[in-house]
Amino acid sequence: MTPQPRRRDAATPRVRRPRVRRPELQFRHSIAFVLLLVLAAWLAVVGAQAPPQRIVSLVPAATEILFAIGAGPRVVAVSSYDHEPPEVERLPRVGALLDPDLERILGLRPDLAVIYGTQHDLRQQLTRAGVPMVGYTHGGLADVTAAIRALGERTGTSSTANDVAGRIERDLAATRARVSGRQTPRVLLVFGREPGTLRNLYASGGVGFLHDMLGIAGGSNVFADQKRESVQATAEMLLASAPDVVIELHVDGSSPADLSPWQALPALPAVQKGRIVALTGTDLVTAGPRVATATERLAKAIHPGAF
Amino acid sequence: MTSRPDAAARLAHHSWRPPSARVAVVTLASAGVAVAACLLAPLAGSTSISLSRAFDWSLPWATNVDAQIFFVARLPRVLAAALVGAALASAGVVFQALLRNPLATPFTLGISAGAALGAMLALTFGGVLASAAWATVPAASFLGASGAVLVVYLLSVARHRGFSTNVLLLAGVTLNSLLSALILLVQYFADMTRALQTMRWLLGDLDVASYDPILAALPMLIVACGTFVWLQRSLNLLALGEDHAAGRGLDVLRVQRMAFFSASLATGAAVSIGGPIGFVGIVVPHLVRLLVGADHRLVVPASLGFGAAFLVGCDLVSRTIIAPIELPVGIVTALIGGPFFLWLLVRNT
Repeated sequence: MTPQPRRRDAATPRVRRPRVRRPELQFRHSIAFVLLLVLAAWLAVVGAQAPPQRIVSLVPAATEILFAIGAGPRVVAVSSYDHEPPEVERLPRVGALLDPDLERILGLRPDLAVIYGTQHDLRQQLTRAGVPMVGYTHGGLADVTAAIRALGERTGTSSTANDVAGRIERDLAATRARVSGRQTPRVLLVFGREPGTLRNLYASGGVGFLHDMLGIAGGSNVFADQKRESVQATAEMLLASAPDVVIELHVDGSSPADLSPWQALPALPAVQKGRIVALTGTDLVTAGPRVATATERLAKAIHPGAF
Repeated sequence: MTSRPDAAARLAHHSWRPPSARVAVVTLASAGVAVAACLLAPLAGSTSISLSRAFDWSLPWATNVDAQIFFVARLPRVLAAALVGAALASAGVVFQALLRNPLATPFTLGISAGAALGAMLALTFGGVLASAAWATVPAASFLGASGAVLVVYLLSVARHRGFSTNVLLLAGVTLNSLLSALILLVQYFADMTRALQTMRWLLGDLDVASYDPILAALPMLIVACGTFVWLQRSLNLLALGEDHAAGRGLDVLRVQRMAFFSASLATGAAVSIGGPIGFVGIVVPHLVRLLVGADHRLVVPASLGFGAAFLVGCDLVSRTIIAPIELPVGIVTALIGGPFFLWLLVRNT
């Protein structure tokens, strides 16, 4: 719209006066508009290109992924349960799944927060505070490599992330190939029980990355038909499931695991064959970049002859 | 809920002599119910087994899965349920008489919270004890329960000549809250798996998978339940009120002490087997009183029998209703016991 003065009554001075200021006003408006456009464009370009510099991760698996794909130096805080890689030990802690410390998180002025997909309250609070975030959900093994690639894209480390994910996929395929053709034993994968007894025993069900890892490692999960991540197994369920191999996962390896309680169930093929194995380490319970090596450890425990 | 002391008063005034035939009938009937439950319950489970194979002694034990499911998985579990149910129900009777409060349960005086704290500590620091070849959780929960009992007792005698049941009740309830806060504190610093395990422990679990926890708790249960039976007549007097009982020549202090410690012993032993299973200690005593009246000479044996049968039945439901997965037994007792108790409450008032 050009500032064309109307010619109907050009001699009238009282309509002229405002017209004197009009081009000036319009000029100011267009200047402001152009500046806004420039600012928006700059923000859009910069926002799309500049990777987050201050990342807070509440998910241990995601923290490990961030460090593995080269975004580690930009992680400024982690969850209370983070211990891997060792570099995280010096980082501030900002709570975890159930008790995220919003005040500390905001105080660190993050430009990216990795949170659990189920932390709906935190998601709302961070949205209100204008903190960009990524929701992380534990799933199967395929979700791990997908998460690595997605975090790579989000943090501007796509090429490293693709390398890491690709290497994991190749390693998993190599493990699968190594145990293929062998008989598939029935495996019970235990990730918790009361010390000194078989009570309060939790094992992997037929869903989740541990179940997937077991399949690649050449084992058949005895609770594969239970479509849940964990199954509390009673003595009767253990006897009825008849595992050929029992693998116990222990996070804390400060003392050797006592496996003698299994002798209470001599009918288990695993007890008769003496195939009760304890594996120690956090790699087996973290859906992060160590899943391939953890799967190989499982495969070695199930098929010692293949390695 | 005031009908019970009234009934007890009538009873104490009019029929001091025990109706011995009635006592015998009630005792035998409730024992029969308990035995029948124990015999029938092991026949069902999350898997189907061949009983003929299970009882075929010619088969080698080590490879006879049916026999192991019957004798290692089901039978100890049913026995555990029977003992825990009997102990909690009769301890409930004794606590209700001692505190003269129909809403008292075996867990009113802080025992469950003490036991839970013990179990929680054993589970949280279980990694340190992982090489222990014995079950640490039952022992720790029993120690926790004993600690709570002792604290409550010392508080109740501290500033009183004798024994104040009012202080006992208040101290117990307060200790429950205090210990629950400590549990949350330990839980806060424990990792997620341990916290989940404690949560699960609090819902009760009778899958003992061996006879060891039963044998460990059995002597304590026998002593406690023997004391209950011995105290039956004194409990009738105690239910009338301390002054009344003292007027009738009862050594009130001594009976109160014995009742408190025997009921605590039964509860602690029961918790060490199956965790703090709720509702048994309140539903069964009230159901029994509805059936046989308020005379403790009938209520105590009937509670032992019906308590055993009730928990065996609840455990049967818990392990078969969504088989092969099972419900925590505490959920079943609450789901059956809660509405039933409310119905009882409305019906009586």
